[in-house]
Amino acid sequence: MTQLLPHPETDYPVVMLAKTQFLKDAAAHVRDSGHRAFVRKALGGYYTNRDLQKARYRDWEHARDAASLAKWSAVNRLDELLPRFVANFEANGGQVHWARDAHEARTIILDLLRAAKAKAIIKSKCMTSEEIHLNAAMEKDGYGVVESDLGEFIQQLRGEPPYHFVFPCMHVRRDEISDLFGRHLGSAPTDSPEELTMIARRHMRRLYVDADVGITGANFLVAETGQISITENEGNARLTAALPRVHISISGIEKVVENLDDLSVLLPMLATAGAGQPMTCYNTLYSGPRQPGECDGPEEMHLVLLDNQRTAILADPEQRDSLHCIRCGACLNVCPIFKNVGGFTYGTTYQGPIGSVITPHLRGLADWNHLSGASSLCGACTDACPVRIDIHHHLLHNRRNAARTAPSRLERLGHRLFVVAARRPWLFAAGGAMFRRSLGLLKALRPPLLKDWLASRDLPAAPASSFRGQWAARSRTRHPD
Amino acid sequence: MIAPASPPPTSARDTILARIREALRVPAPVPHVRSHSAEQAVTPKAGGLPALTVLPAEVAKPWLPDGGDTPAERLRIFMENLEKLRAVPRRVPNLQSAAEAIASLAKERDWRRVAGHAHPLVEPVLANLPCGVERVDGPAGFDKNALEACDAGITACDAAVAQTGAILVSSRTCGGRGLSILPHVHIVVLRADQVVATVGDALHAARERAAGRMPSMLSFITGPSRTGDIERILVLGAHGPKELFVFLVG
Repeated sequence: MTQLLPHPETDYPVVMLAKTQFLKDAAAHVRDSGHRAFVRKALGGYYTNRDLQKARYRDWEHARDAASLAKWSAVNRLDELLPRFVANFEANGGQVHWARDAHEARTIILDLLRAAKAKAIIKSKCMTSEEIHLNAAMEKDGYGVVESDLGEFIQQLRGEPPYHFVFPCMHVRRDEISDLFGRHLGSAPTDSPEELTMIARRHMRRLYVDADVGITGANFLVAETGQISITENEGNARLTAALPRVHISISGIEKVVENLDDLSVLLPMLATAGAGQPMTCYNTLYSGPRQPGECDGPEEMHLVLLDNQRTAILADPEQRDSLHCIRCGACLNVCPIFKNVGGFTYGTTYQGPIGSVITPHLRGLADWNHLSGASSLCGACTDACPVRIDIHHHLLHNRRNAARTAPSRLERLGHRLFVVAARRPWLFAAGGAMFRRSLGLLKALRPPLLKDWLASRDLPAAPASSFRGQWAARSRTRHPD
Repeated sequence: MIAPASPPPTSARDTILARIREALRVPAPVPHVRSHSAEQAVTPKAGGLPALTVLPAEVAKPWLPDGGDTPAERLRIFMENLEKLRAVPRRVPNLQSAAEAIASLAKERDWRRVAGHAHPLVEPVLANLPCGVERVDGPAGFDKNALEACDAGITACDAAVAQTGAILVSSRTCGGRGLSILPHVHIVVLRADQVVATVGDALHAARERAAGRMPSMLSFITGPSRTGDIERILVLGAHGPKELFVFLVG
């Protein structure tokens, strides 16, 4: 009956059930008030800046409509727009490689590295590469790779995956980073974020110049012009795509937008929703390798287009809009669950509400449906989403689908008993009375079924009479016949 | 029974495109939108499936941040945004005064080497510099080690965007890809009439200039390089330029 971590592509040893791990980590993180306070404080500035920038929109809600329609129209015409994008990209001299799954994508990239005789690889932030566990595969084949995004670099040195898919090391304190840099780079200890950033900057500059292959992600693929749009703040993606001889970009097939008009709406909204900025520092469109007459740039540009179950989401019209996601991370930043259990607890590439929606599609509903249960359904994620994905309803859809495909016997029995009682008022009343009397006993006995629930919660005191009893008494005093 | 012949191997491309076509046979509901103009954009296609004419930028424009309707307004918003982004905007009456200001900056900072490219707005500035000059233009290429050792890079730009305070540079007209990102300081010289209202306007102009073939790189630079990766505290100069000087001529 036990199913192990089902992601078939991972080369990592299987440790335990995804759900068991989730419950264990969630319980540990929820009790770690220091971690919670730290994450909340780190997000405090984000809320202020996001609201300030949203106020600069003449109508944020209508802008969300425009962004949502742009993505809806692209995803629902993917059959037409994806080939159009590819044709235009190839016409500009870029080479496209299609990958059905993570294994195929890794094979393609390793072949490209071999063909390029890669010696030094520099990489900018790319969640798709995390999804296919690219770094582990490259290192296994003997290729050294350096993550250039500051947060990703810190996580690489720590040997951890990103904590948050936009803010990879938001859980790490500056003194931990100072120790880390001291150990790996031999730098003097400091408690200044500015000085720490400069240590990484100095370390990285030679690596950009010496790298022969640069690997980046992609935020949008523009069908009209065959350009790839990359959004960043640090300039590391710009350098990664400027100096090495070969540029490899990895993108999910759902990143297509139709034209530059759509992009002009999505770029500012991505920055505002994701980081509270008017526009991120660098938004760059690449149409291919260096052209005749240009003085620098890579000789080759390759784009790996990844399916990896995205077409399975596309085949579900109810949840198709989860492919509209532009990975801004706004839903994580507002999610009460994320803020309490933290990013690692999810055990997924994509954390938070959107991760809970799409991971069951990417890795199997049976083993990842518990993420959809870890939600208060408050809808903060749906409100925050710049492209109006109906995130919290999709969490409900996942719960429904899981109940349909693999119903829990215990839940079924519970519901059956309830139906029996609800149809017989006398039984309902008797059951209620019994429950009220035994509440104190339950508290004292802590039966195994309730143990986990009682570990962090207290049972309320039972009222003296049932709701129906109270209602009847109230009606008698208010409206005495 | 004869075993059926195994189907011919299909390429990943064909498999993925077939999966997409199959998936899209069932239409998804059109998103709920609030605005009247957005509703109008949802028009039924001849085939019967609901299709969507993408909102033209003109429809979305009034909802996005303001970029100004007149040249004077655009300039004001652009300068304000640059200040907020912690770039250093300077308005100068003519190119000569820009060249003088940049020369005194080089003297004050004791710059040893500055990089630039061939452009009517950049060359007079380079000619007036008191220090060594590295040229990165031309198809011959250049030594990236030399560029890395430069204190500053001076470029022109294709457009500037009032709405966001962004500068649009291209690999074709602004000294390639490295010049505007590798040196520690980036200096942009532009004419005041290059400021457009919105990101969309800048992209439209770029598409027209490109005449069917976009430069291999087009980049919106919105302030000096920055990161918030350490405790979400803003630090300027993560990997790209720490400082961005913008000289508006005229």
